[in-house]
Amino acid sequence: MRALGIILAGGNSSRMHELSNKRAIAAMPVAGSYRAIDFALSNMSNSHVQKVAVLTQYNSRSLNEHLSSSKWWDFGRKQGGLFVFPPTITNDNGFWYRGTADAIAQNLVFLRNCHEPYVVIASGDCVYKLDYNKVLEYHIEKKADITVVTKEISNSDELARFGIVEISEDGRITDFQEKPLSPTGNLVSTGIYVIRRRQLIELMEQAAAEERFDFVKDILIRYKDVKNIYSYQMDTYWSNIASVESYYRTNMDFLNKDIRNYFYKEYPDVYSKIDDLPPAKYNPGAVVKNSLVSSGCIINGVVENSVLFKKIYVGNNCTIKNCVILNDVHIGDNTYLENCIVESRDTIRPNSRHVGEDGKIKIVVEKNDRFPLG
Amino acid sequence: MYARMRRNRSYYYKTQGVINVIKKEMIAMLLAGGQGSRLGVLTSSIAKPAVAFGGKYRIIDFPLSNCINSGVDTVGVLTQYQPLRLNTHIGIGIPWDLDRNVGGVSILPPYEKGNNSEWYTGTANAIYQNLKYMEYYNPEYVLILGGDHIYKMDYESMLDFHKQKKADITLATIPVPLEEASRFGVAITDADKRITEFEEKPPQPRSNLASMGIYIFTWKVLKEALITLSDREGCDFGKHVIPYCHNRGDRIYAYEYNGYWKDVGTLQSYWESNMELIDLIPEFNLYEEFWKIYTKSDVIPPQYISEKSVIERAIIGEGAEIYGKVYNSVIGPGVIIGENSVVRDSIIMKGTVIGENTTVNKAIIAENCFIGINCELGVFDEVPNSWKPDIYTNGMVTIGENSIIPDRVRIGKNTAIFGGTTLDDYPRGVLASGENIIKAGDRV
Repeated sequence: MRALGIILAGGNSSRMHELSNKRAIAAMPVAGSYRAIDFALSNMSNSHVQKVAVLTQYNSRSLNEHLSSSKWWDFGRKQGGLFVFPPTITNDNGFWYRGTADAIAQNLVFLRNCHEPYVVIASGDCVYKLDYNKVLEYHIEKKADITVVTKEISNSDELARFGIVEISEDGRITDFQEKPLSPTGNLVSTGIYVIRRRQLIELMEQAAAEERFDFVKDILIRYKDVKNIYSYQMDTYWSNIASVESYYRTNMDFLNKDIRNYFYKEYPDVYSKIDDLPPAKYNPGAVVKNSLVSSGCIINGVVENSVLFKKIYVGNNCTIKNCVILNDVHIGDNTYLENCIVESRDTIRPNSRHVGEDGKIKIVVEKNDRFPLG
Repeated sequence: MYARMRRNRSYYYKTQGVINVIKKEMIAMLLAGGQGSRLGVLTSSIAKPAVAFGGKYRIIDFPLSNCINSGVDTVGVLTQYQPLRLNTHIGIGIPWDLDRNVGGVSILPPYEKGNNSEWYTGTANAIYQNLKYMEYYNPEYVLILGGDHIYKMDYESMLDFHKQKKADITLATIPVPLEEASRFGVAITDADKRITEFEEKPPQPRSNLASMGIYIFTWKVLKEALITLSDREGCDFGKHVIPYCHNRGDRIYAYEYNGYWKDVGTLQSYWESNMELIDLIPEFNLYEEFWKIYTKSDVIPPQYISEKSVIERAIIGEGAEIYGKVYNSVIGPGVIIGENSVVRDSIIMKGTVIGENTTVNKAIIAENCFIGINCELGVFDEVPNSWKPDIYTNGMVTIGENSIIPDRVRIGKNTAIFGGTTLDDYPRGVLASGENIIKAGDRV
């Protein structure tokens, strides 16, 4: 194989509010049956990138649980495998990952011991399908030092979250602004990079020596005039889930038939950990309209325009509208939920009411006991 | 996890040399070679244990899951009739955690031997032909299972019973209403649960303990009996091995099982047990955390229920897309039900597509079928089936896998269809009640 993979999954974002208390963003459940990192992992697997390192740091319990076996994505081969690298204390390092570049620099031994000529770096918080081989071919054709996968974003409110890229006619990146206050373009970096392995090692050694820790600021922006950094523009669906609004919108996007078919039915498949849950059950009283329902759900109430993740119990006479309900939630009878995201493993008491007002999404975290004693 | 932690039942001991000798306390032999001809076209091209059940499972998932949940991690699956689907389903046993370094699941088809190569001619004959497989694991006990029942059973507590009674053979039995006992093989026991007499389908049953076709044998007893009876034609456990052991005075005990146990050997019982899963609180509950049933799930996405659909009392598998109306039905993974279509009292298996404006009443439609638009299934008055009146009964429409039903046809009750049918097969667009169209496979 020509490339190995690195997935940056250590991140946390204040834009996720309460949702990030529990887990790294890469472990966020997405689209009913998946977790965010499944998309990057499946893309790696489907692009025949067989050796993948996942760099974790922030609250990785949930992520580690998800990655407890690599067989779901068809890794775990003799030639290759899935490696999870949290920061560790070594003889010459006692720091956490101080940035994306530092995370890679602290794992240079892994990079040095590989033989693959190229590295695909991806983030664990994006929903997309991409054949990394196409990016790699482009990278080779352009004789680029680094190739950045970019995407045009139509929603201007979101631009300030991303790195904005300006390119020449040839595709070379001429300007790169990280999270600018007044964005001048709408072409954003997706956080997916292709780079020659030796080049990466060299840049990382240099950055580490200079105590520079951020891949965007200290590599892409700093080197943009010295190195050939090219933009590979993708035109298929791509969404970063690292804010409550975009997380909610991305889930709701799957109610759209074209997007659903693109991910669920078109080749190649997206893989995820199998949970061995029974099929969803619709009891008398269930009325479900325009919704996604995952396995293990038992529905006794009304569900409209919502995404129900795995193993959700909807009680009698409930109404759930425009909601995203995460895994293993128990919703008591006569509950009304509208414009909400309900955190996983929660128990909503009977007769509750939660409504996100004025187009705002309400995050519901109740932390009740499911079966109160006494 | 929720399932009880089981002790590891395999251990090694060192011999003089470098090779460790394997020792498994109990291994299971799962008989999965039967056709199950009473399931009609459902088993025309797959073995009965591979038939889909309950939305996402296959029948064999139940004994396999019982094995791993009971701590039995070595399972030989004996296949013979149409094993392709079974082989792909079981693979190396990953879904049931039966991919093991030592033991795990092995598929055992009949194979060519020096001078007496033959098919598996009976249940005991099939086991006899795999003596070497069992010997390799050096077991104390051998569990014999069938692949045609839906149940959750702890084989470990049956083994405990077997040990406690110092039995040679333990037979799993289930109490049935006395008036139904005449349909089963019945065991008559003394106060200690030792079996004194057997009756096969007795008109006047003297006991209500029906045999479940599940046995634990002490390995030495089984081996001796199989070798002694090896030249018996079609050697069968119920007909030959058990009577032989009984006559020579072996200690045969009846273990009483008191849970849900359902034979799915006929279309009617298969349909009924699927429908029981839909009950508000089903007697056989798949939603309990304890004693999970595992299966190979190759469809991951959630199901989509559209704006216009109505779903009342149903269970629906992953990745299904429902645009129509579903009442009282079991829908498999990846099924598409078109707009304005109505599916009632039916079982639709994985990957089947039902076109728009089609009505389906009381039908069993196997995997990957294609039903056209504006069709009506299960209409007209009931007439007995002209070909196999005792198989296609109760007004049901049965459609075998990969079948195609053209647009705008009407299909009567007690009918069977298998294969890619065209409008020419339906005079005036009608298949009358009791008629059949079999265009694929052998007319079995």
